[in-house]
Amino acid sequence: MNPHFVLTGDPLDEHAVAALLESDGAGAVVTFVGRVRAHSSGRDVTKLEYEAYPEMAEGVFRQIADEIRERGGVIDVVIHHRIGTLQVGEVSVVVAVSAAHRSPAFDACHYAIDRLKQIAPIWKKEHSSDGAVWVEDRP
Amino acid sequence: MLRTARGQVLARRTSNRMRVTVRLFAAHREAAGTSTYIADLPVGATVSDAYASVCGSFPSIAHSAGSTAFALNRAHVGGDAPLHDGDEIAILPPVAGG
Repeated sequence: MNPHFVLTGDPLDEHAVAALLESDGAGAVVTFVGRVRAHSSGRDVTKLEYEAYPEMAEGVFRQIADEIRERGGVIDVVIHHRIGTLQVGEVSVVVAVSAAHRSPAFDACHYAIDRLKQIAPIWKKEHSSDGAVWVEDRP
Repeated sequence: MLRTARGQVLARRTSNRMRVTVRLFAAHREAAGTSTYIADLPVGATVSDAYASVCGSFPSIAHSAGSTAFALNRAHVGGDAPLHDGDEIAILPPVAGG
């Protein structure tokens, strides 16, 4: 298993993710941390249930990293996503990018999380006082 | 059943049919009540044909299709992608990671 592209049922640690990107040339590390929000479209969210196509998801994370490298200016990319039942406040995704300078690191991190939401085979069911619905994000 | 002189059973050729595994997720999985479906299809069938087979067995999936996408052997493909015996396809409802 490549520690850079991980789908897991275990809690995520954004500091451990960023530590994977330590290198002498990395003057900038940008980390995006996605957490479960208490409110969604006017509903009070109690928990989220994440489901994935696990055999495909890590390959898609790798594909996103490859796309970023083709754009250039970036040293390394790490994508970790959690599945299973998450409570409000828990971390669902961590994307971290290292680069020599801040601008390409910010750009690449933004691209990575947008692309993940667009193509990664992951779904979430939102539980609220109104019931439970599968979310359809509009990227 | 065909046998050779030494009594070995000769496998019947069934080359006009093939079987593919279909993986279902999220709302589709719940609608079907299963996460895996084996589709028996004629040789030459495409991903769209497999999807039609699934919808035939589980009509509620067709109703919840929305902007359904497909994967063949764990890579995104269009509905016109040709299938081969033993392939795994996935029907992907609108994703919502992050």
